[in-house]
Formats: sequence, C-alpha cells, structure tokens
Amino acid sequence: MYVTTAVIGAGHAGLAASCFLTAASVDHVVLERGEVANSWRRERWDSLRLLTPNWLSRLPGAAYEGPDPDGYADMGEVVDLLERSAKDVPVRTGVNVTSVRRSSEGYTLTTGEGPIRARTVVIASGACNRPVVPSFDVPPGVEQVTPFGYRNPSRLPDGGVLVVGASATGVQLAAEIQQSGRPVVLSAGEHVRMPRVYRDRDVLWWMHHSGVWSQRYDELDDLTRARRLPSPQLVAGSTLDLNTLTSMGVELVGRLSAIRDGAALFSGGLRNVAALADLKLNRLLDTFDEWAGTAPGERPEPTRVPKSARWRLDLRSGEIGSIVWATGYRPDYSWLDVPVVDEKGSLIHDGGVVGDGLYALGLPVLRRRRSTFLCGIEDDARDIVDHLRLHLAG
Amino acid sequence: MSNGVNVQALLDAREALKGAPEAAQFTWRASSKWQHGVHSTTKIQKFFGLGQEQSHKSEAVFEADHPEIFAAEDNGVTPIEYLLVGLAACLTAGVASVAQNRGIKLNSVESVVEGDHDIRGILGADSDVRNGFNDVKVTFTIDADASPAEIEALVAQSQKRSAVFDALTNPTNVTVEVA
Repeated sequence: MYVTTAVIGAGHAGLAASCFLTAASVDHVVLERGEVANSWRRERWDSLRLLTPNWLSRLPGAAYEGPDPDGYADMGEVVDLLERSAKDVPVRTGVNVTSVRRSSEGYTLTTGEGPIRARTVVIASGACNRPVVPSFDVPPGVEQVTPFGYRNPSRLPDGGVLVVGASATGVQLAAEIQQSGRPVVLSAGEHVRMPRVYRDRDVLWWMHHSGVWSQRYDELDDLTRARRLPSPQLVAGSTLDLNTLTSMGVELVGRLSAIRDGAALFSGGLRNVAALADLKLNRLLDTFDEWAGTAPGERPEPTRVPKSARWRLDLRSGEIGSIVWATGYRPDYSWLDVPVVDEKGSLIHDGGVVGDGLYALGLPVLRRRRSTFLCGIEDDARDIVDHLRLHLAG
Repeated sequence: MSNGVNVQALLDAREALKGAPEAAQFTWRASSKWQHGVHSTTKIQKFFGLGQEQSHKSEAVFEADHPEIFAAEDNGVTPIEYLLVGLAACLTAGVASVAQNRGIKLNSVESVVEGDHDIRGILGADSDVRNGFNDVKVTFTIDADASPAEIEALVAQSQKRSAVFDALTNPTNVTVEVA
C-alpha cells in the first residue's frame, strides 16, 4: 500500500491532522493500533475528567454542543467528542505500527497488515504511552500501581497509600484515595500550583484569553523546561492544591529521593518546592492582572508546609499498603527506526517538524503552550499540515 | 549592572557540558590529619574536573575541634559547623548568580544559618535521637534593587540549584574505608 501521508494514531492529534490533510486534498491514512480514542478509553482512571472546561474542549470539526459549557468532560464524553471528529477520517483501526524506517521515497511502515509506503509521516501516537516509574527497591508486600493500572481506590489494598508525585495525576489520586478512607502520604517534588477559579473565571479561561497559552515554543526562554513542566494541580470543578489536600488530612512529605533498607527517604526541601510553586503562581496571576489592566485580585493562601515533614517512612511497618507512582508519563518511540530520538527518549523536533517529511503532533508545548491541551491541537495541526504541503511541493 | 558573577561563562559552560557529560564529572577532595584530642586539620587544594587535575590558587587549611564545654581544646570550629559554612556559602553564591542572570543589582546579602542539634544522638544517650541536625534554618537579609517577591524568588532558585542544599536535604551514598 502507498499513501502520501501516514498518520500514526487516531487520538485527538491524529484526527486533527487528518482534518487538515483532507482539507488540503492530501491522500492519507490514519493508522490506529486499537480503536479511535484508544488511550482515553483504556489507559485512564474511572473518575478522570478533562482539565479544560467544555467550551474549551474543541477539536477541528467537533466542538462541545451539550448543555453545560462550563462543565468538564468525563472520559465517555471525550470519546464521544473524538468519535464525532473522526466521522470523515480515513482511519484503519486495529493496525499496529511496529516499525518506521527511511526509504528512497520517504518512509516504510511495518504494520500488522503488511508494509505501508508513505512520502510523509505524522507521529500522533501520544505523549503519555508509558508511565515513568523510578527504579527503587520497594519491599515485597507493598503493592505498586501506576496510573495505567489504577482505576479507583477500592482496588487498592487496605492501609496507607504513598502517592508519589504532585502533578494533576498525583493530587487527583491522592484526594480520592484519602476520601476512600485510606490515609495518604503525598510525596511532592517540584509542582505547578493553580487555583481552579481566579476572579470568578476558570483559570484556563485566563490562560486562553490573556495570551499565555498562545506563547510560541520559539519565544520561550527555556523550552526544554517548559516541555518538561509537570501538569498543573487541577481537577474538574474545584481547587485541588496541596492546601486542599492538607485540609482533607493528606500528609505532605518531600520528593522521594531513595528507598533504603525498606524505608522511603524524602527530601528535606519540601518547603522550597512549595515556595517555588507559590511564587510562580503569583507571577502567573500578576500576568493575568496586567493583561486585564486591573488591580491585583486576591492571592491564594501560601502553601502550608508542615513544620517538620517526615523524611523517613518505614515501608515494612505495615503503615503503607501500596504505592501509587504518579511520577509522569513518557512517549514510546521504540518502533521508530529513524535516528530522531535523543538519549533521554525525547523526539528531536522543531515545533513538530522532525525533518525529511516526518512530523509530530500532540506533544507538550509542541508549538505553543496551548499544545499540551486538547484545544491546542487545531492550530498545531494546521501549522504542521501547512509545512507538510510545502514539503510535498518542495 | 554587575554583582561580579560571570554569568555568561556559566551559561556557556552549561551549553558546552550538555554535549560532554564526561567533562562535567568533578571530584572534590579534602585531606585530613589528626592532631591531638578531637582536633584535626584538613587541607584542600586539588580537585578533578573538566577531564583533568585542577588546583585552587592556594591551599586552604581548616582546623576542626570541639568547644570547651565538650571538654575539648577548641582549636577550631565543630565539624558539623562546617556544614553551615558550606550551606551559607553555596546559597549565597546562588543568590548572587541568579541575581546577575536576572539583572538584579545586589547591595548586600547577609544570612544566618542555624542548625538544631540534639547531641544525645552522638553521645549515644538515646538511640531514638539521630546524630545529625534535626532542623536547619537559613535566614537571609537582602538589600537589592528588586521587589520582595523577586528577592524571594532569588532565594528559592538558589536553593533549587544548590549543591550543598541538595547534599543536606537528600540522602547520599557514603563509603568509608581503611586504606
């Protein structure tokens, strides 16, 4: 089989690419290992909702049309949205791409349904293919769970739970596990704090309108850092920061630095990571106020850090029954037989342009800060397909 | 605007070492000699870095002892106090560097470092008490051409990039052998 463009992945990124490829009359196919919106269906926990309100959750060819524009979509609603945007897309589901290599005409893809030749390839296989789990010597008897295996608290063993990581995933899981009656110890390294609402508007309304989300990747001071930033401490509908968790009874500890002789050892630098997050949050709110041209609004209470957080937790004492590793995700490029991945496993690209007709979509801060979110895909896909058309004409 | 930190050299080094991790491997060394009682003298001059042996301009000599209330001769500061020296110096260097990088002029930077220490640990008087510090507190007083939030950000960033802060707040493997 030959196509001009092969798109790998039928998630929001692959579907958006297809939309613009169709508009540009570029012959293409979208290859999907499972079904449309596969990761949203299978690799998420039960309670997860989008961080963006519905009115922001738009894809090319499919915007929210329901009765609650200020609500937050659950995974069923996200799947519906993606399916609507997929209705005219040439998707081939159940086709797993196991290799992509250079060829004289462009690329050859090895798939479960035979080879596919393509002049150009768009990698839209996602940013969160694998959970990142640090390698520590966890004592036997303590169950370990990643967000890929986690569905809800009832599947965890009884007893205390050590949640490692305080990004969106970590704070959301810590909250619902604590509410299930299992005492949570939350290990927090560097994190991004946000209130759900600032001056009566959703914080993402501010990100969207103030122009913060429109900042281009090539205008940022430290792009590497921006791309590695943990997801903000947000949940649908209400503020969920470390203070919220402390009020719920969650115990805060510093970043997990080692497990030694069966004991988890935490950094003594918790106070500073909290200070860094508070300062950064206040600078963000300053940006909003400047944009709005108004006097500063009320600032959130500084993070309440325990006077002396525990830095040692014995994992053999029975206090902790399980560890939830909310320590991030990374993409999987093990199938990509083109030397475009750096030694840390990141794709080397310039705003999604890898080079030689190879493109990427759906990665954090790909072309703008907004790229990290569902609603960022439309502009990115348009830009990438514009570039791809020039390459084909080239 | 200059605080006397050559930030450009540091930024250049950061770029250069990104592609040369082996050159970034340093080994710092101190050589110590027992004098008498609990008094020792430690000298520092040579270190390894950028792929070769390096040397400070001159040798530095540090006397360590314990105070008279420890029934010692007090020929120098207590070893654990050297940790305070290291932390204060490291954070201060960080504040100056970050300020330089951010274009903030410093007029004065002073700090007081306090380490709370329950000495029942080292005396073996109570096995539940640790040997080291229970708490370390650093208080900066900074006069700079910057807002209070900018000054707090300097101090926060200096902790984030401090070798000694990291070494004190996180566990480190330590091997002690008899040669």
